[in-house]
Amino acid sequence: MSDAIISVRDLHKWYSGVHALKGVSLDFKRGEALGLVGDNGAGKSTLINILSGVHRADQGEIKVEGRAVSIATPRDAMDLGIETIYQYNSMVPTMSIARNLFIGREPTRLSILGVGILDQKKMAEESIRAIANVDLHLRSPDALVGELSGGQRQGVAIARAMHFKSKVMILDEPTNHLSVKETNKVIGFVRGLKEQGVTGVFISHNMHHVFDCCDRIVAMARGEVVLDKRVADTSIDEVHSVL
Amino acid sequence: MKRLFKTYLEKPELAGLILLVLLIVLFQVRSHGVFLNADNLRGILGILPEAGLVAIGVTILMISGEFDLSVGSVFALMPMSMAVLMVHGWPFPLALLAGLLVAAAIGFINGYVTIRFAIPSFITTLGMLFMARSLTVVVSGGFPPLLPADLPNWLFTSFVGPGNMFRMSFLWFVAVAVLTSLMLSRTNFGNWIKATGGFLPAAASMGIPTARVKIVCFMLCSVLSGFAGMLQVLRLGSPLPSIGEGLELQAVAAAVIGGASLTGGIGTVMGGIIGTTLIRVIDNGLVLSHVDANWFKFAIGFLTIFAVVANAWMRKRAKAIKMEG
Repeated sequence: MSDAIISVRDLHKWYSGVHALKGVSLDFKRGEALGLVGDNGAGKSTLINILSGVHRADQGEIKVEGRAVSIATPRDAMDLGIETIYQYNSMVPTMSIARNLFIGREPTRLSILGVGILDQKKMAEESIRAIANVDLHLRSPDALVGELSGGQRQGVAIARAMHFKSKVMILDEPTNHLSVKETNKVIGFVRGLKEQGVTGVFISHNMHHVFDCCDRIVAMARGEVVLDKRVADTSIDEVHSVL
Repeated sequence: MKRLFKTYLEKPELAGLILLVLLIVLFQVRSHGVFLNADNLRGILGILPEAGLVAIGVTILMISGEFDLSVGSVFALMPMSMAVLMVHGWPFPLALLAGLLVAAAIGFINGYVTIRFAIPSFITTLGMLFMARSLTVVVSGGFPPLLPADLPNWLFTSFVGPGNMFRMSFLWFVAVAVLTSLMLSRTNFGNWIKATGGFLPAAASMGIPTARVKIVCFMLCSVLSGFAGMLQVLRLGSPLPSIGEGLELQAVAAAVIGGASLTGGIGTVMGGIIGTTLIRVIDNGLVLSHVDANWFKFAIGFLTIFAVVANAWMRKRAKAIKMEG
Protein backbone atom coordinates (compact mmCIF):
# COMPACT_ATOMS: atom_id res chain seq x y z
CA MET A 1 0.00 0.00 0.00
CA SER A 2 1.47 3.32 -1.00
CA ASP A 3 -0.02 5.45 1.77
CA ALA A 4 1.40 3.26 4.53
CA ILE A 5 3.92 5.10 6.69
CA ILE A 6 5.01 1.93 8.45
CA SER A 7 4.35 -1.51 7.14
CA VAL A 8 5.43 -4.70 8.86
CA ARG A 9 5.42 -8.08 7.20
CA ASP A 10 5.47 -11.49 8.83
CA LEU A 11 6.97 -10.34 12.14
CA HIS A 12 7.97 -13.09 14.58
CA LYS A 13 9.31 -12.89 18.10
CA TRP A 14 10.16 -15.62 20.58
CA TYR A 15 10.84 -14.98 24.25
CA SER A 16 12.76 -17.94 25.68
CA GLY A 17 10.53 -20.47 23.93
CA VAL A 18 7.30 -18.48 24.00
CA HIS A 19 6.11 -17.54 20.52
CA ALA A 20 4.93 -14.00 21.36
CA LEU A 21 4.42 -12.74 17.83
CA LYS A 22 3.29 -15.20 15.15
CA GLY A 23 3.78 -13.60 11.78
CA VAL A 24 2.10 -10.24 12.17
CA SER A 25 1.58 -8.13 9.04
CA LEU A 26 0.11 -4.67 9.40
CA ASP A 27 0.05 -1.29 7.63
CA PHE A 28 -0.02 1.93 9.59
CA LYS A 29 -1.49 4.57 7.30
CA ARG A 30 -0.39 8.15 7.13
CA GLY A 31 -2.40 10.52 9.30
CA GLU A 32 -4.57 7.80 10.75
CA ALA A 33 -5.34 7.17 14.41
CA LEU A 34 -5.10 3.44 14.94
CA GLY A 35 -6.32 1.75 18.08
CA LEU A 36 -4.46 -1.40 19.09
CA VAL A 37 -6.35 -3.56 21.54
CA GLY A 38 -5.93 -6.98 23.09
CA ASP A 39 -5.49 -8.79 26.37
CA ASN A 40 -2.28 -8.99 28.36
CA GLY A 41 0.10 -11.26 26.48
CA ALA A 42 -1.72 -10.78 23.17
CA GLY A 43 1.43 -9.43 21.58
CA LYS A 44 0.63 -5.74 21.33
CA SER A 45 3.44 -4.68 23.64
CA THR A 46 5.83 -6.96 21.78
CA LEU A 47 4.89 -5.37 18.47
CA ILE A 48 5.26 -1.87 19.89
CA ASN A 49 8.59 -2.70 21.56
CA ILE A 50 9.93 -3.84 18.21
CA LEU A 51 8.77 -0.67 16.45
CA SER A 52 10.22 1.57 19.16
CA GLY A 53 13.60 -0.18 19.23
CA VAL A 54 13.35 -1.74 22.68
CA HIS A 55 13.43 -5.30 21.29
CA ARG A 56 14.38 -6.73 17.91
CA ALA A 57 12.20 -8.99 15.84
CA ASP A 58 13.53 -12.51 15.27
CA GLN A 59 12.08 -12.61 11.79
CA GLY A 60 10.17 -10.36 9.43
CA GLU A 61 10.45 -7.03 7.66
CA ILE A 62 9.74 -3.45 8.68
CA LYS A 63 9.35 -0.69 6.10
CA VAL A 64 9.12 2.99 6.97
CA GLU A 65 7.82 5.14 4.10
CA GLY A 66 8.53 2.31 1.72
CA ARG A 67 12.13 1.80 2.78
CA ALA A 68 13.24 -1.37 4.58
CA VAL A 69 14.75 -0.37 7.90
CA SER A 70 16.49 -1.92 10.87
CA ILE A 71 15.48 -0.56 14.28
CA ALA A 72 18.10 -1.64 16.81
CA THR A 73 17.82 1.04 19.49
CA PRO A 74 15.24 3.56 20.72
CA ARG A 75 17.42 6.17 19.08
CA ASP A 76 17.04 4.51 15.67
CA ALA A 77 13.27 4.62 16.05
CA MET A 78 13.34 8.27 17.05
CA ASP A 79 15.57 9.12 14.10
CA LEU A 80 13.00 7.46 11.81
CA GLY A 81 10.30 9.66 13.33
CA ILE A 82 8.73 7.01 15.55
CA GLU A 83 8.18 8.31 19.07
CA THR A 84 6.79 6.17 21.87
CA ILE A 85 4.99 7.39 24.96
CA TYR A 86 4.83 4.75 27.66
CA GLN A 87 2.31 4.15 30.38
CA TYR A 88 4.93 4.51 33.10
CA ASN A 89 5.82 7.84 31.61
CA SER A 90 8.95 8.69 29.71
CA MET A 91 9.71 11.67 31.92
CA VAL A 92 12.22 12.18 34.70
CA PRO A 93 10.22 13.65 37.60
CA THR A 94 13.24 15.28 39.25
CA MET A 95 14.00 17.39 36.18
CA SER A 96 12.35 20.47 34.69
CA ILE A 97 9.97 20.43 31.73
CA ALA A 98 12.53 22.15 29.51
CA ARG A 99 15.21 19.59 30.40
CA ASN A 100 12.80 16.71 29.91
CA LEU A 101 11.74 17.92 26.49
CA PHE A 102 15.29 17.68 25.24
CA ILE A 103 16.60 14.58 27.05
CA GLY A 104 19.06 12.87 24.73
CA ARG A 105 18.57 15.55 22.04
CA GLU A 106 19.83 18.64 23.82
CA PRO A 107 20.80 21.62 21.65
CA THR A 108 24.45 22.36 22.41
CA ARG A 109 27.14 24.86 21.64
CA LEU A 110 30.84 24.05 21.33
CA SER A 111 30.21 20.35 21.21
CA ILE A 112 33.16 17.94 21.21
CA LEU A 113 32.53 14.23 20.56
CA GLY A 114 28.83 14.74 21.18
CA VAL A 115 29.32 16.42 24.55
CA GLY A 116 28.78 20.15 24.69
CA ILE A 117 27.44 23.12 26.58
CA LEU A 118 23.66 23.28 26.76
CA ASP A 119 21.97 26.06 24.85
CA GLN A 120 19.63 26.85 27.74
CA LYS A 121 18.12 29.91 26.08
CA LYS A 122 17.07 27.89 23.07
CA MET A 123 15.75 25.11 25.31
CA ALA A 124 13.60 27.55 27.27
CA GLU A 125 12.22 29.29 24.18
CA GLU A 126 11.48 26.14 22.23
CA SER A 127 9.88 24.37 25.16
CA ILE A 128 7.48 27.28 25.71
CA ARG A 129 6.46 27.03 22.07
CA ALA A 130 6.24 23.23 22.12
CA ILE A 131 3.96 23.24 25.15
CA ALA A 132 1.72 25.96 23.72
CA ASN A 133 1.40 24.01 20.46
CA VAL A 134 -0.41 21.14 22.16
CA ASP A 135 -2.70 23.50 24.07
CA LEU A 136 -1.13 22.69 27.38
CA HIS A 137 -1.20 25.56 29.80
CA LEU A 138 1.74 25.46 32.15
CA ARG A 139 3.23 28.25 34.17
CA SER A 140 6.84 27.83 33.25
CA PRO A 141 9.16 25.44 31.43
CA ASP A 142 11.27 25.46 34.60
CA ALA A 143 8.55 23.69 36.57
CA LEU A 144 9.56 20.18 37.57
CA VAL A 145 7.80 17.30 35.85
CA GLY A 146 7.30 15.81 39.34
CA GLU A 147 4.95 18.70 40.06
CA LEU A 148 2.67 17.94 37.11
CA SER A 149 -0.41 15.75 37.11
CA GLY A 150 -0.40 12.50 35.14
CA GLY A 151 -2.36 13.99 32.25
CA GLN A 152 -0.13 17.04 32.07
CA ARG A 153 2.91 14.79 31.93
CA GLN A 154 1.46 12.86 29.01
CA GLY A 155 0.78 16.23 27.42
CA VAL A 156 4.44 17.19 27.79
CA ALA A 157 5.47 13.84 26.33
CA ILE A 158 3.22 14.48 23.33
CA ALA A 159 4.57 18.03 23.03
CA ARG A 160 8.07 16.56 22.96
CA ALA A 161 7.19 14.12 20.19
CA MET A 162 5.54 16.92 18.19
CA HIS A 163 8.49 19.20 18.66
CA PHE A 164 10.85 16.66 17.15
CA LYS A 165 8.54 16.29 14.16
CA SER A 166 7.75 12.68 14.76
CA LYS A 167 5.67 11.08 12.02
CA VAL A 168 4.29 8.24 14.09
CA MET A 169 3.39 8.53 17.72
CA ILE A 170 2.87 5.33 19.67
CA LEU A 171 0.96 5.79 22.92
CA ASP A 172 1.31 2.71 25.10
CA GLU A 173 -1.53 2.71 27.64
CA PRO A 174 -1.27 6.47 28.14
CA THR A 175 -4.49 6.67 30.13
CA ASN A 176 -3.62 4.10 32.78
CA HIS A 177 -3.85 5.45 36.32
CA LEU A 178 -5.41 8.70 35.12
CA SER A 179 -8.59 10.30 36.38
CA VAL A 180 -11.56 10.70 34.01
CA LYS A 181 -10.79 14.36 33.44
CA GLU A 182 -7.14 13.68 32.73
CA THR A 183 -8.05 10.79 30.44
CA ASN A 184 -10.26 13.07 28.39
CA LYS A 185 -7.37 15.45 28.03
CA VAL A 186 -5.13 12.69 26.66
CA ILE A 187 -7.86 11.52 24.29
CA GLY A 188 -8.08 15.12 23.11
CA PHE A 189 -4.35 15.09 22.42
CA VAL A 190 -4.73 11.94 20.32
CA ARG A 191 -7.54 13.51 18.32
CA GLY A 192 -5.33 16.55 17.78
CA LEU A 193 -2.61 14.43 16.19
CA LYS A 194 -4.57 14.00 12.99
CA GLU A 195 -4.81 17.75 12.44
CA GLN A 196 -1.04 17.89 12.67
CA GLY A 197 -0.70 15.09 10.12
CA VAL A 198 0.80 12.69 12.65
CA THR A 199 -0.06 9.00 12.66
CA GLY A 200 -1.16 7.87 16.09
CA VAL A 201 -1.04 4.34 17.46
CA PHE A 202 -3.10 4.19 20.61
CA ILE A 203 -2.84 1.13 22.83
CA SER A 204 -5.34 0.63 25.58
CA HIS A 205 -7.26 -1.89 27.59
CA ASN A 206 -10.21 0.43 27.61
CA MET A 207 -12.38 -0.04 24.50
CA HIS A 208 -14.30 3.16 25.13
CA HIS A 209 -11.11 5.22 25.05
CA VAL A 210 -10.00 3.59 21.81
CA PHE A 211 -13.38 3.96 20.13
CA ASP A 212 -13.47 7.58 21.28
CA CYS A 213 -10.45 8.76 19.36
CA CYS A 214 -9.42 6.25 16.68
CA ASP A 215 -10.28 5.75 13.00
CA ARG A 216 -9.37 2.11 12.82
CA ILE A 217 -9.26 -0.77 15.29
CA VAL A 218 -6.74 -3.60 15.24
CA ALA A 219 -7.29 -6.37 17.76
CA MET A 220 -4.60 -8.88 18.69
CA ALA A 221 -4.88 -12.21 20.48
CA ARG A 222 -2.30 -14.95 21.05
CA GLY A 223 0.32 -13.18 18.99
CA GLU A 224 -1.82 -12.65 15.91
CA VAL A 225 -4.02 -9.93 14.42
CA VAL A 226 -7.59 -11.18 14.80
CA LEU A 227 -9.54 -8.11 13.68
CA ASP A 228 -8.71 -5.08 11.54
CA LYS A 229 -11.65 -2.76 10.73
CA ARG A 230 -12.67 0.88 10.48
CA VAL A 231 -14.32 2.12 13.65
CA ALA A 232 -17.52 2.75 11.71
CA ASP A 233 -17.66 -0.88 10.57
CA THR A 234 -17.33 -2.52 13.95
CA SER A 235 -18.52 -2.27 17.51
CA ILE A 236 -17.17 -2.76 21.00
CA ASP A 237 -19.15 -6.00 21.24
CA GLU A 238 -17.59 -7.40 18.07
CA VAL A 239 -14.08 -6.58 19.26
CA HIS A 240 -14.79 -8.20 22.63
CA SER A 241 -16.08 -11.33 20.93
CA VAL A 242 -12.83 -11.95 19.02
CA LEU A 243 -10.52 -11.43 21.98
CA MET B 1 4.75 22.36 50.26
CA LYS B 2 5.30 22.23 46.51
CA ARG B 3 7.64 25.14 46.92
CA LEU B 4 9.62 23.31 49.59
CA PHE B 5 9.85 20.23 47.40
CA LYS B 6 11.10 22.28 44.51
CA THR B 7 13.64 24.15 46.59
CA TYR B 8 14.90 20.82 47.88
CA LEU B 9 15.26 19.42 44.36
CA GLU B 10 17.00 22.51 43.03
CA LYS B 11 19.14 23.25 46.06
CA PRO B 12 19.38 20.01 48.01
CA GLU B 13 22.54 21.33 49.67
CA LEU B 14 20.71 24.21 51.36
CA ALA B 15 20.01 22.42 54.65
CA GLY B 16 23.64 21.33 54.90
CA LEU B 17 24.82 24.86 54.24
CA ILE B 18 22.63 26.28 57.00
CA LEU B 19 23.89 23.64 59.40
CA LEU B 20 27.48 24.40 58.42
CA VAL B 21 27.09 28.11 59.17
CA LEU B 22 25.44 27.36 62.53
CA LEU B 23 28.22 24.97 63.51
CA ILE B 24 30.94 27.43 62.51
CA VAL B 25 29.34 30.09 64.73
CA LEU B 26 28.92 27.59 67.56
CA PHE B 27 32.54 26.40 67.39
CA GLN B 28 33.85 29.94 67.06
CA VAL B 29 32.09 30.87 70.30
CA ARG B 30 32.93 27.65 72.16
CA SER B 31 36.61 27.80 71.21
CA HIS B 32 36.86 31.46 72.27
CA GLY B 33 37.73 32.64 68.78
CA VAL B 34 40.42 30.07 68.03
CA PHE B 35 38.33 28.20 65.42
CA LEU B 36 38.39 30.90 62.74
CA ASN B 37 41.96 32.11 63.28
CA ALA B 38 44.41 31.86 60.40
CA ASP B 39 46.42 28.92 61.76
CA ASN B 40 43.40 26.73 62.33
CA LEU B 41 41.80 27.60 58.99
CA ARG B 42 45.07 26.78 57.25
CA GLY B 43 44.96 23.38 58.90
CA ILE B 44 41.38 22.68 57.82
CA LEU B 45 41.86 23.97 54.26
CA GLY B 46 45.07 21.97 53.89
CA ILE B 47 43.36 18.60 54.26
CA LEU B 48 39.90 19.47 52.94
CA PRO B 49 40.83 18.92 49.24
CA GLU B 50 41.72 15.27 49.84
CA ALA B 51 38.35 14.23 51.27
CA GLY B 52 36.60 16.85 49.11
CA LEU B 53 37.80 15.44 45.79
CA VAL B 54 36.65 11.96 46.80
CA ALA B 55 33.27 13.37 47.84
CA ILE B 56 32.85 15.11 44.47
CA GLY B 57 33.38 11.83 42.65
CA VAL B 58 31.08 9.89 44.96
CA THR B 59 28.38 12.57 44.71
CA ILE B 60 28.35 12.58 40.91
CA LEU B 61 28.25 8.78 40.87
CA MET B 62 25.35 8.81 43.32
CA ILE B 63 23.46 11.27 41.11
CA SER B 64 23.85 8.78 38.25
CA GLY B 65 22.24 6.20 40.52
CA GLU B 66 25.27 4.14 41.58
CA PHE B 67 27.52 3.78 44.56
CA ASP B 68 31.27 3.31 45.16
CA LEU B 69 32.72 1.78 48.32
CA SER B 70 36.16 1.23 46.80
CA VAL B 71 37.24 4.88 46.80
CA GLY B 72 39.24 4.57 50.04
CA SER B 73 41.25 1.67 48.61
CA VAL B 74 41.84 3.42 45.28
CA PHE B 75 42.95 6.41 47.35
CA ALA B 76 45.81 4.21 48.64
CA LEU B 77 46.47 2.09 45.54
CA MET B 78 46.98 4.96 43.09
CA PRO B 79 49.84 6.70 44.96
CA MET B 80 51.31 3.31 45.91
CA SER B 81 51.51 2.30 42.25
CA MET B 82 53.16 5.62 41.50
CA ALA B 83 55.69 5.21 44.31
CA VAL B 84 56.63 1.71 43.21
CA LEU B 85 57.07 2.86 39.59
CA MET B 86 59.21 5.80 40.70
CA VAL B 87 61.41 3.50 42.75
CA HIS B 88 61.97 1.62 39.49
CA GLY B 89 63.17 4.82 37.88
CA TRP B 90 59.98 6.14 36.24
CA PRO B 91 59.84 9.95 36.11
CA PHE B 92 57.03 11.61 38.07
CA PRO B 93 54.79 12.63 35.11
CA LEU B 94 54.80 9.12 33.65
CA ALA B 95 54.17 7.56 37.04
CA LEU B 96 51.31 10.02 37.59
CA LEU B 97 49.78 9.05 34.27
CA ALA B 98 50.14 5.35 35.06
CA GLY B 99 48.60 5.87 38.50
CA LEU B 100 45.61 7.68 37.02
CA LEU B 101 45.21 4.89 34.46
CA VAL B 102 45.18 2.30 37.25
CA ALA B 103 42.42 4.29 39.00
CA ALA B 104 40.47 4.68 35.75
CA ALA B 105 40.76 0.95 35.08
CA ILE B 106 39.34 0.13 38.51
CA GLY B 107 36.46 2.51 37.90
CA PHE B 108 35.82 0.86 34.54
CA ILE B 109 35.79 -2.62 36.09
CA ASN B 110 33.41 -1.43 38.84
CA GLY B 111 31.04 -0.01 36.26
CA TYR B 112 31.31 -2.78 33.69
CA VAL B 113 30.75 -5.60 36.17
CA THR B 114 27.85 -3.78 37.84
CA ILE B 115 26.04 -3.19 34.55
CA ARG B 116 26.99 -6.36 32.68
CA PHE B 117 25.78 -8.64 35.46
CA ALA B 118 23.06 -6.29 36.72
CA ILE B 119 24.20 -6.50 40.31
CA PRO B 120 24.11 -3.74 42.93
CA SER B 121 27.20 -1.51 42.74
CA PHE B 122 27.23 -1.74 46.53
CA ILE B 123 28.44 -5.34 46.15
CA THR B 124 30.78 -4.82 43.18
CA THR B 125 32.59 -2.00 44.89
CA LEU B 126 32.61 -3.73 48.28
CA GLY B 127 34.54 -6.52 46.59
CA MET B 128 36.79 -3.95 44.93
CA LEU B 129 37.38 -2.30 48.33
CA PHE B 130 39.11 -5.49 49.51
CA MET B 131 40.83 -6.28 46.22
CA ALA B 132 42.33 -2.82 45.72
CA ARG B 133 43.45 -2.63 49.35
CA SER B 134 45.08 -6.01 49.03
CA LEU B 135 46.81 -4.99 45.79
CA THR B 136 48.16 -1.90 47.54
CA VAL B 137 49.92 -4.00 50.16
CA VAL B 138 51.06 -6.58 47.60
CA VAL B 139 52.69 -4.07 45.20
CA SER B 140 54.38 -2.31 48.11
CA GLY B 141 55.92 -5.63 49.14
CA GLY B 142 54.91 -4.92 52.73
CA PHE B 143 57.17 -1.89 53.14
CA PRO B 144 56.20 1.57 51.94
CA PRO B 145 58.76 2.52 49.26
CA LEU B 146 60.84 5.65 49.73
CA LEU B 147 59.65 8.60 47.66
CA PRO B 148 62.32 10.34 45.55
CA ALA B 149 63.43 13.73 46.88
CA ASP B 150 62.77 15.77 43.74
CA LEU B 151 58.94 15.56 43.64
CA PRO B 152 56.98 18.53 42.25
CA ASN B 153 55.56 19.49 45.64
CA TRP B 154 55.34 23.09 44.47
CA LEU B 155 52.58 21.97 42.15
CA PHE B 156 50.53 20.04 44.69
CA THR B 157 51.22 20.71 48.36
CA SER B 158 53.18 23.96 48.81
CA PHE B 159 51.48 26.78 50.68
CA VAL B 160 50.38 29.70 48.52
CA GLY B 161 48.08 32.69 48.64
CA PRO B 162 47.75 35.60 51.06
CA GLY B 163 49.36 34.69 54.38
CA ASN B 164 50.15 31.26 52.86
CA MET B 165 46.56 30.36 53.58
CA PHE B 166 46.12 27.54 51.05
CA ARG B 167 48.04 24.62 49.76
CA MET B 168 48.29 24.17 45.99
CA SER B 169 46.02 21.16 46.44
CA PHE B 170 43.23 23.57 47.33
CA LEU B 171 43.52 25.22 43.91
CA TRP B 172 43.27 21.81 42.22
CA PHE B 173 40.24 21.12 44.35
CA VAL B 174 38.56 24.40 43.39
CA ALA B 175 39.32 23.83 39.71
CA VAL B 176 37.85 20.31 39.78
CA ALA B 177 34.84 21.51 41.75
CA VAL B 178 34.09 24.28 39.25
CA LEU B 179 34.59 22.05 36.21
CA THR B 180 32.48 19.15 37.51
CA SER B 181 29.81 21.56 38.71
CA LEU B 182 29.58 23.12 35.26
CA MET B 183 29.59 19.70 33.64
CA LEU B 184 26.61 18.66 35.75
CA SER B 185 24.53 21.80 35.32
CA ARG B 186 25.52 23.18 31.93
CA THR B 187 26.34 20.31 29.59
CA ASN B 188 24.22 17.72 27.87
CA PHE B 189 26.30 15.03 29.57
CA GLY B 190 25.25 16.45 32.95
CA ASN B 191 21.66 16.22 31.79
CA TRP B 192 22.19 12.56 30.91
CA ILE B 193 23.70 11.82 34.34
CA LYS B 194 20.69 13.33 36.10
CA ALA B 195 18.22 11.60 33.79
CA THR B 196 19.97 8.23 34.17
CA GLY B 197 19.86 8.45 37.95
CA GLY B 198 16.49 10.21 38.08
CA PHE B 199 14.50 7.62 36.15
CA LEU B 200 16.46 4.99 34.27
CA PRO B 201 13.63 3.64 32.02
CA ALA B 202 12.82 7.14 30.77
CA ALA B 203 16.48 7.93 30.08
CA ALA B 204 16.94 4.66 28.20
CA SER B 205 13.74 5.09 26.18
CA MET B 206 14.90 8.54 25.11
CA GLY B 207 18.05 7.02 23.65
CA ILE B 208 20.57 8.03 26.32
CA PRO B 209 23.48 5.54 26.47
CA THR B 210 22.84 4.93 30.17
CA ALA B 211 25.45 2.17 30.57
CA ARG B 212 28.16 4.40 29.14
CA VAL B 213 27.05 7.34 31.28
CA LYS B 214 27.31 5.24 34.43
CA ILE B 215 30.69 3.76 33.51
CA VAL B 216 32.09 7.24 32.88
CA CYS B 217 30.83 8.30 36.33
CA PHE B 218 32.46 5.25 37.94
CA MET B 219 35.74 6.09 36.20
CA LEU B 220 35.58 9.76 37.16
CA CYS B 221 34.94 8.78 40.77
CA SER B 222 37.94 6.43 40.84
CA VAL B 223 40.28 8.88 39.13
CA LEU B 224 39.37 11.69 41.54
CA SER B 225 39.89 9.36 44.51
CA GLY B 226 43.27 8.25 43.22
CA PHE B 227 44.32 11.83 42.58
CA ALA B 228 43.21 12.80 46.11
CA GLY B 229 45.25 9.91 47.52
CA MET B 230 48.30 11.18 45.69
CA LEU B 231 47.79 14.63 47.23
CA GLN B 232 47.72 13.08 50.68
CA VAL B 233 50.85 11.03 50.04
CA LEU B 234 52.72 14.10 48.81
CA ARG B 235 51.59 15.98 51.91
CA LEU B 236 52.63 13.20 54.28
CA GLY B 237 55.80 12.39 52.32
CA SER B 238 55.25 8.65 52.46
CA PRO B 239 52.92 6.22 50.66
CA LEU B 240 51.38 4.33 53.58
CA PRO B 241 49.27 1.37 52.43
CA SER B 242 46.67 2.11 55.11
CA ILE B 243 45.65 5.61 54.03
CA GLY B 244 42.03 6.21 53.07
CA GLU B 245 40.58 3.49 55.30
CA GLY B 246 37.01 4.45 56.17
CA LEU B 247 37.13 7.27 53.64
CA GLU B 248 34.45 5.62 51.47
CA LEU B 249 31.85 5.90 54.18
CA GLN B 250 32.86 9.44 55.04
CA ALA B 251 32.49 10.37 51.36
CA VAL B 252 29.03 8.80 51.17
CA ALA B 253 28.11 10.58 54.40
CA ALA B 254 29.34 13.86 52.91
CA ALA B 255 27.30 13.38 49.73
CA VAL B 256 24.16 12.47 51.68
CA ILE B 257 24.55 15.31 54.19
CA GLY B 258 24.98 17.58 51.17
CA GLY B 259 21.59 16.48 49.88
CA ALA B 260 22.40 13.76 47.35
CA SER B 261 19.69 11.13 47.15
CA LEU B 262 20.65 7.48 47.66
CA THR B 263 18.32 6.55 44.82
CA GLY B 264 19.94 8.91 42.32
CA GLY B 265 18.86 11.90 40.28
CA ILE B 266 19.21 14.45 43.05
CA GLY B 267 22.36 16.13 44.30
CA THR B 268 25.00 18.73 43.51
CA VAL B 269 28.78 18.94 43.54
CA MET B 270 28.44 21.87 45.94
CA GLY B 271 26.44 19.64 48.28
CA GLY B 272 29.23 17.07 48.41
CA ILE B 273 31.71 19.82 49.20
CA ILE B 274 29.48 21.28 51.91
CA GLY B 275 29.07 17.80 53.41
CA THR B 276 32.84 17.25 53.46
CA THR B 277 33.46 20.68 54.98
CA LEU B 278 30.85 19.94 57.62
CA ILE B 279 32.63 16.72 58.56
CA ARG B 280 36.04 18.45 58.72
CA VAL B 281 34.57 21.34 60.74
CA ILE B 282 33.01 18.95 63.25
CA ASP B 283 36.25 16.99 63.54
CA ASN B 284 38.27 20.12 64.19
CA GLY B 285 35.66 22.05 66.15
CA LEU B 286 35.06 19.30 68.70
CA VAL B 287 38.74 19.27 69.60
CA LEU B 288 38.93 23.05 69.85
CA SER B 289 35.83 23.15 72.05
CA HIS B 290 37.41 20.66 74.44
CA VAL B 291 34.83 18.00 73.70
CA ASP B 292 36.07 14.40 73.88
CA ALA B 293 37.21 13.80 70.25
CA ASN B 294 35.68 10.34 70.34
CA TRP B 295 32.31 11.96 69.85
CA PHE B 296 33.38 12.74 66.27
CA LYS B 297 32.12 9.55 64.71
CA PHE B 298 28.94 9.78 66.73
CA ALA B 299 28.26 13.22 65.29
CA ILE B 300 28.93 12.11 61.70
CA GLY B 301 26.74 9.05 62.15
CA PHE B 302 23.92 11.06 63.64
CA LEU B 303 24.10 13.66 60.87
CA THR B 304 24.04 10.98 58.17
CA ILE B 305 20.94 9.29 59.58
CA PHE B 306 19.29 12.65 60.07
CA ALA B 307 20.05 13.62 56.46
CA VAL B 308 18.66 10.38 55.04
CA VAL B 309 15.54 10.59 57.20
CA ALA B 310 14.99 14.11 55.92
CA ASN B 311 15.64 12.82 52.39
CA ALA B 312 13.10 10.02 52.74
CA TRP B 313 10.53 12.39 54.15
CA MET B 314 10.98 14.75 51.21
CA ARG B 315 10.67 11.86 48.80
CA LYS B 316 7.41 10.79 50.39
CA ARG B 317 6.11 14.33 50.06
CA ALA B 318 7.25 14.37 46.45
CA LYS B 319 5.28 11.19 45.78
CA ALA B 320 2.21 12.66 47.41
CA ILE B 321 2.48 15.62 45.06
CA LYS B 322 2.79 13.32 42.07
CA MET B 323 -0.44 11.54 42.99
CA GLU B 324 -2.42 14.77 42.92
CA GLY B 325 -4.81 15.41 40.03
